[in-house]
Amino acid sequence: METYYNPNDLSKFASMGEEAPELWELFMSYYSSVFKEGALSAREKALIALAVAHAVQCPYCIDSYTQEALEKGSNKAQMTEAIHVAAAIRGGAALVHGVQMKNIADKLSF
Amino acid sequence: MNSNENNIHSQVGYLNNIEGIKPFSDRIKEIGFNSLKSNPTITTLQVNVGKVCNLMCKHCHVEAGPHRTESMTKDTMSQCLSILMKNPIPILDITGGAPELNPNLSWFIKEAIKVGCHVIVRTNLTVLRQYEYTNMPEFYADNNVELVSSLPYYSEKDTDRQRGEGVFLNSIAVLSRLNELGYGQRDGSLRLNLVFNPGGAFLPPSQDTIEGDFRRILSKQYGISFNNLYTITNVPVGRFLTFLYDSKNLHRYMERLTSSFNSSTISRVMCRDQISVGWDGQLYDCDFNQMLGLNCTPAHISEFSLESFKEREILLGNHCYACTAGAGSSCGGVTSS
Repeated sequence: METYYNPNDLSKFASMGEEAPELWELFMSYYSSVFKEGALSAREKALIALAVAHAVQCPYCIDSYTQEALEKGSNKAQMTEAIHVAAAIRGGAALVHGVQMKNIADKLSF
Repeated sequence: MNSNENNIHSQVGYLNNIEGIKPFSDRIKEIGFNSLKSNPTITTLQVNVGKVCNLMCKHCHVEAGPHRTESMTKDTMSQCLSILMKNPIPILDITGGAPELNPNLSWFIKEAIKVGCHVIVRTNLTVLRQYEYTNMPEFYADNNVELVSSLPYYSEKDTDRQRGEGVFLNSIAVLSRLNELGYGQRDGSLRLNLVFNPGGAFLPPSQDTIEGDFRRILSKQYGISFNNLYTITNVPVGRFLTFLYDSKNLHRYMERLTSSFNSSTISRVMCRDQISVGWDGQLYDCDFNQMLGLNCTPAHISEFSLESFKEREILLGNHCYACTAGAGSSCGGVTSS
């Protein structure tokens, strides 16, 4: 069955450089710099990336950063907690917008 | 592929015919190695004293376990000792299976020390909890044996998933005993090194980073100390190859290994400094070639001469990518910074 998401497409990521090589090079240079050891460890960055991948619900990123987090020495307990952070922020973001709902409802109501 | 232990020939054929994976020998030609030769000096005789083990680890390339019967005889050990006596090979590295389950291990170690060898034993720790072997930690300490101990993770759940239920806490108990005997102290002579290997089809993390994690957590939670931690990449041989095949991870894992090929590791792969001896006296470049049945020439210890093994051509296959991926991998951990 055809789907919009194909796991083999992940290895074709670099084809995005074909029509805009300069932008691609700039992006990749930035991307690789972001994930180097810095004020945060490479492992912490991989866990952040894993959490963000879930927040943006990108299956390619989930695939890549699950492997990356494991290869940085994280275990499933740590990775699961990272995803809970993403879930908490997403859930909190939904809930806090409830204040807008209340404001508008209050404004419209007697 | 099945998990039958007689499938060594199909393993080699299978590994060397994976679609899209360039043969390892072709890959190293690209960086100037028409062949790979051992060094003029052999530092280590690595002896596999048998496939019998009390554990059945999921990544085990030996496919060791309680059901195995292969065990090195005293006569073959004597042939190993004769080589060590006659040749300048300073290190005897004993592996298995669980070496302790060979009934002649203690004798072998004592005789090797008499001929001036530094002796390393690769122990799974847990076997030392069994009644018959509870005296072995003291024996190791009395004979200044260096221990290399598998402990794939610093948590119970992750370790037991790979090595079996109860392994982590039994390992911790033995590590505590070894620490009491003086093993694993920073400036002590009794060396205790741990081995991390990934819990599946992925590469190990930075050795320095995970060593720091192990040191901090094992010290804080269990009061355990050790000297060094070695990260070892899982090699697609034996039980791990079966896992890769059954879980449909083989192609992805091989691509991961090949895409992480690090040319700087070639000069330091362990096969260049060692000779591997099988339980039956057969000779190989490494323990992985041993499990694949890739014999050296001459093929048996009875025909050994150091001259034949210096600068010999090493037998290569696609499993060799595991030793050259990322920071490299050997029985002593990474081979490139």
